[in-house]
Amino acid sequence: MKKILILFAHPAFRKSRINKVLIDGIKDIEGVTLRDLYQLYPEMDINVEKEQELLNHHDVIIFHHPFYWYSTPPILKEWLDLVLEHGWAYGSHGNALKNKWFFNVMTTGGSQDAYCTKGYNRFTIRQLLAPLEQTAKLCKMHFLPPYVVHGTHSISKEGVLKHRENYSKLLTGLVNDEIDLKALEKMEYFNQYLSKSLKQR
Amino acid sequence: MEQGGFFYQALVYMAAAVVAVPVAKKLGLGSVLGYLLAGVIIGPFVLGFVGQEGEDVMHFAEFGVVMMLFLIGLELQPSMIWKMRAPILGLGGAQVGLTSVIIMGIAIAFGLAWQTALAIGLTFALSSTAIVLQTLNEKGLLKTEGGQNAFSVLLFQDIAVIPILAILPLLAVKDMVHAVADDGHHEATTWIDGLPIWGQTIVVLGVVAGIIFAGRYMISPVFRLIAKTQLRELFTAAALLLVVATAVLMTKVGLSPALGTFLAGVVLAQSEYRHELESDIEPFKGLLLGLFFIAVGASIDFHLIASDPLLIAGLVVLLIAVKFIVLFIIGRFFKMGLDNNIMFAFSLAQGGEFAFVLFSFATQNSIIENGITGPLVAVVAVSMALTPLLMLINERLIQPRFGTKEKEIIADEITSEKNVIIAGFGRVGSTIGRFLQANGVTATYLDVDPDNVDLLRKMGLKVFYGDASRTDLLHAAGAEYADLLILAVDDPGKTLEISENVKKHYPKLDLVVRSKGWFDSYELIDLGVKHIYREYLDTSLRMAADALCKLGHRRYEVYRSIKTFRKHDERFLHELAEKRHNQSELISEARQRIEDLEQLMLKEQEDQHKEKDLGWDPATLIEEFGKMQADQETPTE
Repeated sequence: MKKILILFAHPAFRKSRINKVLIDGIKDIEGVTLRDLYQLYPEMDINVEKEQELLNHHDVIIFHHPFYWYSTPPILKEWLDLVLEHGWAYGSHGNALKNKWFFNVMTTGGSQDAYCTKGYNRFTIRQLLAPLEQTAKLCKMHFLPPYVVHGTHSISKEGVLKHRENYSKLLTGLVNDEIDLKALEKMEYFNQYLSKSLKQR
Repeated sequence: MEQGGFFYQALVYMAAAVVAVPVAKKLGLGSVLGYLLAGVIIGPFVLGFVGQEGEDVMHFAEFGVVMMLFLIGLELQPSMIWKMRAPILGLGGAQVGLTSVIIMGIAIAFGLAWQTALAIGLTFALSSTAIVLQTLNEKGLLKTEGGQNAFSVLLFQDIAVIPILAILPLLAVKDMVHAVADDGHHEATTWIDGLPIWGQTIVVLGVVAGIIFAGRYMISPVFRLIAKTQLRELFTAAALLLVVATAVLMTKVGLSPALGTFLAGVVLAQSEYRHELESDIEPFKGLLLGLFFIAVGASIDFHLIASDPLLIAGLVVLLIAVKFIVLFIIGRFFKMGLDNNIMFAFSLAQGGEFAFVLFSFATQNSIIENGITGPLVAVVAVSMALTPLLMLINERLIQPRFGTKEKEIIADEITSEKNVIIAGFGRVGSTIGRFLQANGVTATYLDVDPDNVDLLRKMGLKVFYGDASRTDLLHAAGAEYADLLILAVDDPGKTLEISENVKKHYPKLDLVVRSKGWFDSYELIDLGVKHIYREYLDTSLRMAADALCKLGHRRYEVYRSIKTFRKHDERFLHELAEKRHNQSELISEARQRIEDLEQLMLKEQEDQHKEKDLGWDPATLIEEFGKMQADQETPTE
């Protein structure tokens, strides 16, 4: 049984169309703690002590956010800067996050084709997430592939509902240790794992 | 009336109400049924405490219905009535028309003359405004689709009474006319009797226009003058005067007083004195309406019923069945939901209080024979008494069969409108109000300064005159349904009083409270108020921040430091409030203040060292990397 901490950041949540639905689908899953950072810290005054304590009590840490300028919204960067203290999260004595799992759940306007060497974004999602991958590495965490909702500007209602279902399935699977993390680690997207396991059934 | 008769009667009526209504409520029967039962019990056929004078009481108490319509009018904006025009004319018209025709047909089948039958049909088509609205309101059903439609129909019926009264004299059955012809006429003396039809119309329209004009432009200044005297009872008297005067005026031009006061209410619905008027009239309305229901209960003629129980019971069932079916079909036609439609049909399937007036009027005009009137009146009274019971049956036995199916709402969920009340509209309240408005939230404002209220009204704000420490006024402002009450009153004593009241009467209502300083904040904390805002705190901190910046401190650091300081200050406030309870000795407020301040400053000095944004502070990092580098460098040396 794994405990999951979702750090959710969306500066304009009220106007979001997709994240609202995604969040709506995962509200009541046992073992999942959802933290809406912009709602908790409207002035970015992050409570470091509280955040560290929460990290201590969870096994999987998720950054859930829209993909802004190939990165996270600013509050997640602030969170990284302040919460991941030297001597606590990294450094020779910093072992608080050791062996925890980390990954991103993201929404992005560009299609999957746009995120490759020949696409207009020129880099793959995984390449663009390198700073976070390295952050996880430095904190001795396992970095898992991201779950990405692509093409948010043109997605159909059914498509959004499918993602909502997947997201909730993914979390339940993690909580109940039903996901093969070793296999997952080698994949490009978390999405692939889900479609694969669906085919097998 | 005998000596001391008034007090004796008051004693009987009030005692009956005080005993019967709580019992009925406890049994889940609702207050209307309680009043009716009380009336039956004290009436001539059970205990006999009141005799035939019950009818006089009923005529007097009908004024409660007039007041009720005034209050309903106060709650309805003219724009809402305009929106309801389709159900009022459509539903109401169809109901009155169809029911009249069917009942007329039945009456003819019973062998009555068509004129008599038509009079009975028209009279039976009307329902009881008092019982229906009171019951629906008590059950909280007035705002539902069925409740709104029931109200529309009742409104149409109230209007329909006017032409019905005009038609009735034309229906006089020839044979009977001579005997009583003169009797009926002087009953309805009005100012306009002698005028030709066009003259009557002009006078009526003029009076209606006058009421609208006076409501719009004259009431506010007059009430402002009265409010300035600071005498509450004067305001109550003025409010009563307003209702009584409108009723009298209406009667004088031959219109229904209930309709007139309803109109006056609608006109005043936008006035700043709306809530004050509402809370002043409310108790009178409640009392009179209760009295009215008791009188209805007392007037049921059990001798008559006992003489032919089958006939009366049969007629009651017939009346209710016909009205129910007509209402149900109309409801279907107007595409009401099944559960709402059944509630709508049950609520209106009875005779109304107008029937008492219309039947006696019809008898005087020799339209209906005396022998028939008695049973008909009994039928109306019994059907009225049965209404709360029928609605209870609907609520307990029928409605539970409809499972409300919840639709899944995805993505485009509707954020329902929140209700906010702001008490106090001075510097603080007005700033809060402006900010809320800038963000699309309209609040209800309450203020005690009539001039202030007047000024703000002119700028288009929804401000009402009234003292928020009065529970009835808060009630009228909608505290029951409000999501938030913002207390921005200047006076700490008043603030405490209001908070205490709210905590007692509306424990679920969220409070956001302005306080002066530490000591009144302590008391608010003791009351359980969670959101307390000392009026000086944020301004002082902003001044302090700018002062530091002027001295050359980095702006961002100062900004963060201010936030930390404020957080600590709020925490200390709660700690000190707690500590106060543990102190056995009584020290003067000034001494206490100095002591608290000393503690605060000591604590802040201590915390200064703890509170750093360590993530941005590379001290330990430099240390570790320095050591690493030193280790690496050692072997080469």
